[in-house]
Amino acid sequence: MIYDHSRKGRRATAQAPLEKPELTGIPAEMVRTSRPNLPEVSEMQAVRHFTRLSQKNFSIDTHFYPLGSCTMKYNPRACNTLASLPGLKSRHPLAPDTHSQGFMACLHDLQEILKNVTGMHAVSLSPAAGAQGEFAGVAMIRAYHDARGDDQRSEILVPDAAHGTNPASAVMCGYKTREIPTGADGDIDVEALREALGPQTAGIMLTNPSTVGVFERRIKEIASMVHEAGGLLYYDGANLNAILGKVRPGDMGFDVIHMNLHKTFSTPHGGGGPGAGPVGVSERLEPYLPVPMVDYDGQDYRWLTEKDQPNTIGRLSAFAGNAGVLLRAYVYARLLGREGMHRVAEFSTLNANYLLKRLMEAGFDAAYPERRASHEFILTLKKQAKDLDVNTMDFAKRMLDYGVHAPTTYFPLLVPECLLIEPTESEAKEELDQFVEIMRTIKQEAENQPDLVKQAPHTMPVKRLDDVRAARELDLAYKAED
Amino acid sequence: MSNTPTDRRYAKSHEWIKDEGDGSLTIGITDHAQELLGDLVFVDLPEVGQSLDAGGDCAVVESVKAASDVYSPVSGEVIAINDALDGAPETINEDAFGDGWMFKVKASDMSELDGLLDAEGYDALVAEEE
Repeated sequence: MIYDHSRKGRRATAQAPLEKPELTGIPAEMVRTSRPNLPEVSEMQAVRHFTRLSQKNFSIDTHFYPLGSCTMKYNPRACNTLASLPGLKSRHPLAPDTHSQGFMACLHDLQEILKNVTGMHAVSLSPAAGAQGEFAGVAMIRAYHDARGDDQRSEILVPDAAHGTNPASAVMCGYKTREIPTGADGDIDVEALREALGPQTAGIMLTNPSTVGVFERRIKEIASMVHEAGGLLYYDGANLNAILGKVRPGDMGFDVIHMNLHKTFSTPHGGGGPGAGPVGVSERLEPYLPVPMVDYDGQDYRWLTEKDQPNTIGRLSAFAGNAGVLLRAYVYARLLGREGMHRVAEFSTLNANYLLKRLMEAGFDAAYPERRASHEFILTLKKQAKDLDVNTMDFAKRMLDYGVHAPTTYFPLLVPECLLIEPTESEAKEELDQFVEIMRTIKQEAENQPDLVKQAPHTMPVKRLDDVRAARELDLAYKAED
Repeated sequence: MSNTPTDRRYAKSHEWIKDEGDGSLTIGITDHAQELLGDLVFVDLPEVGQSLDAGGDCAVVESVKAASDVYSPVSGEVIAINDALDGAPETINEDAFGDGWMFKVKASDMSELDGLLDAEGYDALVAEEE
């Protein structure tokens, strides 16, 4: 903690205001009388502190980061550079359309690119994150049924492997959820789906490739079954990277899709955002898209608002979503071009299948060994956990010692002791081979010196954390010593 | 050798339900369920007076690995909850079939119990899932 370095009266003049600001117009009872408890450190101490913190990070810029379902691929620096052009960065969001034509042209192009690559009829960029995109998607499903007076539809179907956000979004929109089981081959249980469908079905939320890392083969059949029952199909864009430019959700029969630009279109991940979760829809859902969107009449760009879209579900963010993130995604899409998008899908699936094959040869069990992987795959360490008493978390922690960010662990929940591994298209063969060697080494350690693995990590700034105690005795706020 | 108590019934979703003989039924999760979940860190119980549907979710158990819904094996009304779990969720890990009980209900249709598994049936289910 930077507070640990604090000494009374020490100052970092570079960070101090030049002059004491005048406080005017603030009611006296709202002006604080005691000083806030701020760390008092020198400029160099502050620099060292934050530099050290940054060095403790695992990041895609420093480490192999095969975190399944998160698509931790390389973010080209050019996206950042171009999105930071002064004309884009300094544009005021309330600037008139006539002064914003360049920016609006970028957003309009991005809408068109996303439409084309997903096969949807129209796209809105305004949701400020994937979760908000999901909310918008389900809200549009609701608006569609409501507009038709079809108000008996109370249920959204979700597969048991789904991301937790899917049922959460459905519930946020006032729906009940019903779980559909996954079959032993990784495909959704179509017979169970058939039984679950009915006049109460508002829709189904799917990802394809699914959360277990395989392509849902009977998707066309599923789409017509759901449509026949009067429901709509929602596509969670979590795994779009695997099919970019190859198969389009619109062609599979989906009515609405959200895209996680931070996954597939290489915008910054995590840290609480900012995010972008554009939504695309089929023709019948177009009237409900969230505003604003950008329209182009062949000459000028203009904002489409509530006036143009009277049945819109409304606004989800101030202005048009997170402009800087959308611009980065736009640059990324333009850098790739049509050919590049195909290559993303080809190399992300090639890398995943190569890694899966090599890890199986090294003695690891695939959760769905008879299936070809998509851009990610699942190993199950059930055997190691049972025979050696070394579980998936132990393997994951030991990987940190070898300089690899662990893959996703214990998700999806239906596969016991699982690792969800997504190498992405960014990695070269040597990196993948290196990872296989690390896994092979940890496996040998688990067999010969299990305690070495069970007590890992050994080289990290903090050792194995007591995550149970941390969750039971929450201690989130720093308590300063007087 | 199974330690599954024979004095109660079981749901396929890993809850146990015990007829206390005084019109009340006690419900909790099985020892197998707590073992799968691992160390519990939080339990969210229904409210006294809440009405439950058979098979409806009515409580949540959360471990460091996952949060899972708990389903009521029968329809009825909640008449008591185990307040002691608040602040001590590990009680379920330590004694799932005893002190780790979660809530008591007054069933609206006792015949719903007939559709549930006995200890032998539950053990067979667990063996099959493994």
